[in-house]
Amino acid sequence: MTPEEIMKPENLVYAKPRLLNDNHMHYCPGCSHGVVHRLVAEIIEELGIEDSTIGVAPVGCSVFAYNYIDIDWIEAAHGRAPAVATAVKRLNPSRMVFTYQGDGDLAAIGTCETIHAANRGENIAIIFINNAIYGMTGGQMAPTTLEGMKTSTTPYGRRVDLNGYPLEMSKLLAQLDGTCLVTRQAVHTPAAVRKAKAAIKQAFINSMEGRGTSVVEIVSTCNSGWKMSPAQSNKWMEENMFAKYPLGEIKNTVKK
Amino acid sequence: MAKVQGAVKVNQERCKGCDLCVVACPLDVLKLQPKEVNNRGYHYAYMHNPEACIGCASCAMVCPDGCIEVYRVTNK
Amino acid sequence: MEEKRLLKGNEAIALAAIRYGADGYFGYPITPQSEILETLEAEMPWETTGMVVLQAESEVAAVNMVYAGAACGKAVFTSSSSPGVSLKQEGISYIAAGELPALIVNVMRGGPGLGTIQPSQADYFQATKGGGHGDYHLIVLAPSSVQEMADFVYLGFDLAFKYRTPAMILADGIVGQMMEKVVLPPARARRTDEEIAAQCPWAVTGKNGRGHANVMTTLELNSELMEKHNERYQQTYRLIEENEVRYQEYYTEDAEYVIVAFGSVARICLKAIEEARQKGVKVGLIRPITLWPFPTKRMAELAAQTKGMLCVELNAGQMIEDVRLAVNGAVPVYHFGRMGGIVPTPQEVIDAFNEKFNEAKK
Repeated sequence: MTPEEIMKPENLVYAKPRLLNDNHMHYCPGCSHGVVHRLVAEIIEELGIEDSTIGVAPVGCSVFAYNYIDIDWIEAAHGRAPAVATAVKRLNPSRMVFTYQGDGDLAAIGTCETIHAANRGENIAIIFINNAIYGMTGGQMAPTTLEGMKTSTTPYGRRVDLNGYPLEMSKLLAQLDGTCLVTRQAVHTPAAVRKAKAAIKQAFINSMEGRGTSVVEIVSTCNSGWKMSPAQSNKWMEENMFAKYPLGEIKNTVKK
Repeated sequence: MAKVQGAVKVNQERCKGCDLCVVACPLDVLKLQPKEVNNRGYHYAYMHNPEACIGCASCAMVCPDGCIEVYRVTNK
Repeated sequence: MEEKRLLKGNEAIALAAIRYGADGYFGYPITPQSEILETLEAEMPWETTGMVVLQAESEVAAVNMVYAGAACGKAVFTSSSSPGVSLKQEGISYIAAGELPALIVNVMRGGPGLGTIQPSQADYFQATKGGGHGDYHLIVLAPSSVQEMADFVYLGFDLAFKYRTPAMILADGIVGQMMEKVVLPPARARRTDEEIAAQCPWAVTGKNGRGHANVMTTLELNSELMEKHNERYQQTYRLIEENEVRYQEYYTEDAEYVIVAFGSVARICLKAIEEARQKGVKVGLIRPITLWPFPTKRMAELAAQTKGMLCVELNAGQMIEDVRLAVNGAVPVYHFGRMGGIVPTPQEVIDAFNEKFNEAKK
């Protein structure tokens, strides 16, 4: 059969989810955000919670997340997404509430809000994109930047004597009694994407069921900031990022 | 004839030519257009070797821009 | 039904909010307003009206919770005192930019810096001129009694929802801490989710079957659109200026001199005026209730019938700038203020009045 003969509606096995709209995403080619956006949209569709989901967008590259996923959103001030999500969920307990935050938003300016929301066990899901760099502002050091890693504000590489150590937020959040799920995933291979999707889905279910705070860290690439091609970035991430931020479940108190 | 045949439709205008689908494809079906670009100037992905496609959707899984539709038939 | 109680101003705010049918309070302890959070926690309104009460990790988190709740169309509020209100300014700017209804209470203490826990009115500029970044205003209500602390919760929420703009109760530490008889207004039921969806079609509630997404954002990178947003905010402010100016006058009909004071200081001045009147000095009082919108027009009218005005404030001279703008040089406008938490006696006001106007006569 020719491709044209195969490309018939009855043979369709995969298509972009409807909730990921047709707006052209502003992300750089190869950016991990796009994959995670697609997973969020897919999961909301699969769980049938389009009408009862409220997302909280951060400041950072994903500041415009609300332009791409067709659900109700609140755009938070930089770092305040967990505080915003706290109030949204407490005032609307029947809603599935999640934040979508980068490493600058969650682990630098918003560390306080993140830790306290998680420590209160707010019934929210936190999606944490960790690409070890500030993408939007042009590639400055993030709290999660690796030792020796070059950024525009650590042009000779991050030095722990000057800049401290890479902050392992998920490890820290797993220590808190309020978290029910803390897991670290990636989206660089088809297998990793499937695992990441399962983790986000679990986090969303936890929010609906009121089980506490779920944190899904996605170890990601920023090929523009890292100054590599998308494929090279994936390889560099496997070799360097995974050594500091190994993938896998860190905490899961929900009985399967 | 292969038992499972696949085909992928790339949304050319949405594609940013990041190459991740090309790398993810286990059967070297996809390539980026060597010369031609879309309206945003990207060398978009296309089926260079369509016969090899088994519709596994690896390309679509890793596509950051949701550009890829995957079709599959099982020949009996 | 109304209820008569003996309460602190801060307690009155808390109880009035529950009776108003507020959906949520988010705050952080700071003297001299912690009784608001304490009273709410003791009342446990989540058991009765369903109101959410949360002690946040910081003033910053608390104001962002208010931004979030307001974005959901809920009646939410926060309270703090001067240093804490400085921390809230970022969030207040977002609430104004989002055209969201919310109530912020500032029970002012002396500053700058950590300052003192004693009463002050030194946040007048911050409250009436915007406070945070960007061109915006808050509706600013200045209570001078415990009764008004309760009443202005209702008025503040109602105006905030009417104009979709944040309102502030700018109280001083005196009204926050003093006890008076207060008649709590009749209780209202909290709005249902259906009522919120109908009255606030912009509210973020989950798509909820409406078919399109509601997004609350204050970001607009297209400058032409951003200018349009600003023009819309300004139109709202003009409308508020036309319709919502509130003030109270005493002995102004025949007044040759007028004292201008707000909050608890107005009551001290009224005492001074009554003593001066017994000695035949024709002096009156105007007490702006809305500090923004400011009673500019009335101030100018009074200037036309008087020989001079005296602004009495617990600061180095802040409201006097608005009085002078209103009077526009028609008569001399003087200032008398105490700072750092000191509250003047009526006699000090009389002395200041005599000093300013006797000097002027020389």
